[in-house]
Amino acid sequence: MNDKWLPSPRELIRQERRKKLAQRKFLIASLSTFIVLAGLITLVVTSPGWDIVKKTFFDLDYGREVFPTVIKGIFLNIKLTIIGSICIGAIALLLAILRTTRSAALTPFRLLATAYVDIFRGIPLLLVIFLIGFGVPALGLKGLTSNVTILGTAAVVITYSAYVAEVIRSGILSIHPSQRAAARSLGLTHAQSMRHIVLPQALRRVVPPLLNDFVALLKDTGLVSILGVIDAIRAAQINASRTFNYTPYVVAALLFLCITIPLTRYTDRALRNTYARQNSEGAI
Amino acid sequence: MSLLRIDNLRKSFGSDVVLRDLTLEVPEHSATVLIGASGSGKSTLLRCINLLEEIDDGVIALDNQEISDPEMNPDDVRQKIGMVFQSFNLFPHMTVRENIELAPIKVQKKDKEEAHTISTSLLKRFDLFEKAEQYPDRLSGGQQQRVAIIRSIAVNPRLLLLDEVTSALDPVLVNEVLSIVRDLKEDGMTMVIATHEMGFATQVADQVCFLDSGSIHERGTASEVISNPEQPRTRDFINRVHQSGRL
Repeated sequence: MNDKWLPSPRELIRQERRKKLAQRKFLIASLSTFIVLAGLITLVVTSPGWDIVKKTFFDLDYGREVFPTVIKGIFLNIKLTIIGSICIGAIALLLAILRTTRSAALTPFRLLATAYVDIFRGIPLLLVIFLIGFGVPALGLKGLTSNVTILGTAAVVITYSAYVAEVIRSGILSIHPSQRAAARSLGLTHAQSMRHIVLPQALRRVVPPLLNDFVALLKDTGLVSILGVIDAIRAAQINASRTFNYTPYVVAALLFLCITIPLTRYTDRALRNTYARQNSEGAI
Repeated sequence: MSLLRIDNLRKSFGSDVVLRDLTLEVPEHSATVLIGASGSGKSTLLRCINLLEEIDDGVIALDNQEISDPEMNPDDVRQKIGMVFQSFNLFPHMTVRENIELAPIKVQKKDKEEAHTISTSLLKRFDLFEKAEQYPDRLSGGQQQRVAIIRSIAVNPRLLLLDEVTSALDPVLVNEVLSIVRDLKEDGMTMVIATHEMGFATQVADQVCFLDSGSIHERGTASEVISNPEQPRTRDFINRVHQSGRL
């Protein structure tokens, strides 16, 4: 495999042409991007209300002033998201496994899991938060918390578990039955086939939709604020309604983006690497 | 003595009767080759033996023990019966070595070193040692099928079922897979082989069974069934295989 190769004159000409074509493509892309962006910016900046919008939405000094309170709020969003996603992951996995099992002993649990998913996918999250946040303390049961942060998070976990369970279940069902047949014919039990063959492949397959749900979860933890918890959105709202300047909302939006964009990029790359390792056809 | 005995097996899918009154004895250390057109029931028979399908009627017995008894634990039965599929069915998220070591570790509860010794010696024996840490998708079809065969024999099954193991392969890759099967035959492995490769069937078969519409239409040695078939339908089938150049 050590043969020396010198490109033929014809190949050299082709390389030259390819380079020229690439340069032209780059030029066209840059130019069109510039024109479109410049047009959009001009449109916004020359609009009649731009001066007012600039003052009420993009006030740098005010933005700096409210930054600490908004960032304190977003830490709550992050905390709730992390705790929530761990609980959601565990509950959803259990629901998905229960819904796909054929074991006779688990029949009542399978029916319950189906009912759970049907019900909580159908009720708007906001309603679940109200029902749990105000309903549970009203029961007056001893030992049950009336901490609205915990109750609100519980409501989010309940609803999201139903969604995520369906995503995981679709992943499980997408694994070809021949994989299970191969596992069973080696003598693995149903549970072992699930644990070692089906789930590892299924979960990998549903990472992109799960990430979608993760980002949505991060944003939806903000809904807990209707119970009086101060998260990033609520903190921004308090500030905005105090001064009628909406810059805090923009600050909150930018903070959310600072988390979600790197997260998406990182997961995409991690997934691509896994596929590249296992699949000779490269990333799909 | 027969290792596997099948009496009057019947299997249908809905109103479609795939196997009927099928009777077969497989002596220990022998190779039984099933031939027949696609849809004649070869794969279904193998899947029934491995309890991947529930049978309608009849008896399947391994070592004089009825394995078609619903009281039998299918996981215990399958430990004794290895199966290799037409489509390889390797586990794509595991390396070649992990594929092979899975059942020895999880099913036979061997420790990691012991499983490692087994996989290493099998991979070396069948010239796949340098692929041990690769993922299946990086292997050629022939290599994948050889890994699948190694995976199924790593647990020392009493019986090995091979379901058209070369049908999904390029003609040039067929031989590397068949040579493993020949080696296993020399080791004395009891096998039931469904195949379209008549030349190979002639080489390894102790008995050849021609399946036609769900039952064994003609059986005998390879020189009887393949070279001098008695029944018109067997002759017709062998002729058609001849014409397709598979002999």
